[in-house]
Amino acid sequence: MRLVRAGRVVEDRYLRVLDEAPIPDGAPVIIPAARLIADFTDIAGREAATGVLWPNSRKVSELAPYLDRLALVALVFPTFKDGRAYSQARQLRERHGFRGELRATGDVLRDQFLFLVRAGFDAFEVKKDADAAAFAAAIARYSVFYQPAGDGRIAVQRARREHARHALGAAQPETAR
Amino acid sequence: MYLYDDFDRTLVAERVAEFRDQVARRLSGELTEEEFKPLRLMNGVYLQLHAYMLRIAIPYGTLSADQLRMLAHVARRYDRNYGHFTTRQNIQFNWIKLAELPDAMADLARAGLHGMQTSGNCVRNITTDQWAGVAPDEIEDPRIWAELLRQLTTLHPEFSFLPRKFKIAVTAAAHDRAAVRVHDIGLRLHRNGAGEAGFEVIVGGGLGRTPFVGKTIKPFLPKRDLLSYVEAILRVYNQFGRRDNIYKARIKILVHDLGAEAFAKEVEAEWQPIKDGALALDPAVIADVAARFRYPDYAALDDNPPELAKARAGDRRFAHWLDNSVANHKLAGYAIVTLSLKPEGAPPGDATAEQMDAIADLADRYSFGEIRVGHEQNLVLPHVAQRDLPALWRALDKIGVATPNIGLVTDIISCPGLDYCSLANTRSIPVAQELTRRFRDLDLARDLGRLHINISGCINACGHHHVGHIGLLGVEKNGEEYFQVTIGGRADENAELGALLGPAVPYGEVADVVEDVVAAYLELRARPDEIFLETVKRVGVEPFKERVYAAR
Amino acid sequence: MTSPLQQKLKITGPVVITANRLGDGAVVYRTLDGGWTTRLGEAAVVSTAPAASELLTAATADDIGAVGAYVAPVRLEPDGTVRPGNLREIIRHAGPTIALPASLGL
Repeated sequence: MRLVRAGRVVEDRYLRVLDEAPIPDGAPVIIPAARLIADFTDIAGREAATGVLWPNSRKVSELAPYLDRLALVALVFPTFKDGRAYSQARQLRERHGFRGELRATGDVLRDQFLFLVRAGFDAFEVKKDADAAAFAAAIARYSVFYQPAGDGRIAVQRARREHARHALGAAQPETAR
Repeated sequence: MYLYDDFDRTLVAERVAEFRDQVARRLSGELTEEEFKPLRLMNGVYLQLHAYMLRIAIPYGTLSADQLRMLAHVARRYDRNYGHFTTRQNIQFNWIKLAELPDAMADLARAGLHGMQTSGNCVRNITTDQWAGVAPDEIEDPRIWAELLRQLTTLHPEFSFLPRKFKIAVTAAAHDRAAVRVHDIGLRLHRNGAGEAGFEVIVGGGLGRTPFVGKTIKPFLPKRDLLSYVEAILRVYNQFGRRDNIYKARIKILVHDLGAEAFAKEVEAEWQPIKDGALALDPAVIADVAARFRYPDYAALDDNPPELAKARAGDRRFAHWLDNSVANHKLAGYAIVTLSLKPEGAPPGDATAEQMDAIADLADRYSFGEIRVGHEQNLVLPHVAQRDLPALWRALDKIGVATPNIGLVTDIISCPGLDYCSLANTRSIPVAQELTRRFRDLDLARDLGRLHINISGCINACGHHHVGHIGLLGVEKNGEEYFQVTIGGRADENAELGALLGPAVPYGEVADVVEDVVAAYLELRARPDEIFLETVKRVGVEPFKERVYAAR
Repeated sequence: MTSPLQQKLKITGPVVITANRLGDGAVVYRTLDGGWTTRLGEAAVVSTAPAASELLTAATADDIGAVGAYVAPVRLEPDGTVRPGNLREIIRHAGPTIALPASLGL
């Protein structure tokens, strides 16, 4: 497994603490959802970064109250065919305004990289080394996107209007919506 | 005709390049079959009994003559010289090699054709009325909305791994020719009391193992909100649709389990935060998409020109065809012509490469270069001048697509069945062929009137048997092929599922049984112009059951 | 015929392992030497669940050669000829039971 962030393979500075073990001070950790909620008063006071591993079967609205104390949310793809975490990611980014690291874990494969990026993920625990190496190429595969997502890539309707504006030469005022 | 621009073409080209890479990685073993299968399905590539099958999308059933020529080319170059038109306005090629698929897709892409999302757990081809844009009873062209939805749902990052497939249909006419009530989302464009046009949103319809007629969750949705509302529905389904059991994974199960009201509430909760966001449709965006639909430069013509009346009087065969296969166009002097792909003895919905080329030429000559594909597996030339009908008919007759059986007993809708499909229990095509022989007498067919026979080789119901006037469902009993017979189904605005007639009948007897059902109808009908469906409605299933099973 | 892709391994007669060739989807049968053949006569025929299971496991692992491997029944004629054991396998072996659409010679 390789962690990819900002398009490159990087070291994972987060420690997974998934059982009852004590949470080390001073180290960034990822803890399970149940523990986050149960021990939140202790965790909220931590100085080091805290992340949560949120199951794909739980509503993101339940996580919302804790988000501003979290540096990282890890979402899960039990199999790459189970697409629930895409909706969770978009809701976290677009509805709840989460700005921290949004990490894809589980069955994370090359042919889903661009979908993941568009849904708002910015870190990827990639199953195959070859896939991790191919990350940059994979997300450059497409230059046209039909629909707006939270990733800021311009959807085709807007691209067409901007293209038409450029073709007309002079800068024209943006049409008020 | 929707005109692709550079953006559309680039997307398709990028998709082809990606698939070429995926095929290479599969052939080298870098991708396992388990990893590759969903990827190939999302490009419309199935594995069937004998070979791979490629399903190509024909968005809202509209093809240009050049596109039809490209399909003929693919049939010749990569397949066995024919293609099969499906009940979802797609075309299927049954013999394509995996290794050649990237080249076939590159050829198709040159004509703006592709297999994107014709399979897989994503949003499939969005279908509509094959008479869209020319039907007298439509309030506006539904294809504009189908195109907006196509763009919303193509390579959607959030909805490419849904619990199961997702099918959307749109209608804008009083008479629903798109079967919207048996789709995952059905959209009926209509006018409200104030004369504004908007959508009735129907969710959770579908055929297959657990058939349902859809429920209306929003009686009137303004056009502006179409994309955001559909996105909200998909988001609810993506999160809460079942993933533990593929037979319970469609949205119809979720809607049924939650109840329509609770489901609608979930959709509202997802929708409210996004309804005024980037998906809100402003008139400029709608106008841009609408502008890409080119309509013919129609001439100002009169209805019923003298050459038409003369030809009708002079040739009985032409007159029969005129009465059967030609429908009224919204414009005076024009007509909508249906081409029957159901000649006697032939597999329903198939066309040879030769026929496709010939039809493309006829479309250029007589229909402003445009063809439509209907979910009844026939083709349509939507813009024919009435004065051209005699010449067109002679040409269609020569290539075998002028059988005047549209909507009649031999206009059978059938899935490919066990001759092709790895999911099937029984064969279906030979049954359809035998029925076209039993009912070959066109006078009889005309006397019987409108009668839809639908055949599915298995419970997946690709032949839409649940909504056939007579439905045949292939089942297996002790290793033998049997059929369950239903009667009284319909797919239109009064959609209803057929009722079981009686015990399943063996393959060798099913054509006899259909003949007996038809004989019972002739005996029971109140008047010659009471169609089969009306008779079933009036007398119920029992009288049919008695007569058909009396000697069995 | 119920899709064998959902079957449990219950062997009541002679069987072969069959699949579709990766490159072109052609129907193939597993041979004793770990290869694939389009000729049913060259297929490995076994009659016990353990033997079938072993063949199937090896065949499934070889997804570069062929995909979708499963156990299919065969019939053995008195002279030893191997024939497909049900309608589905007959059709897979011989092709569709209908004539493919033919040229009209236009």
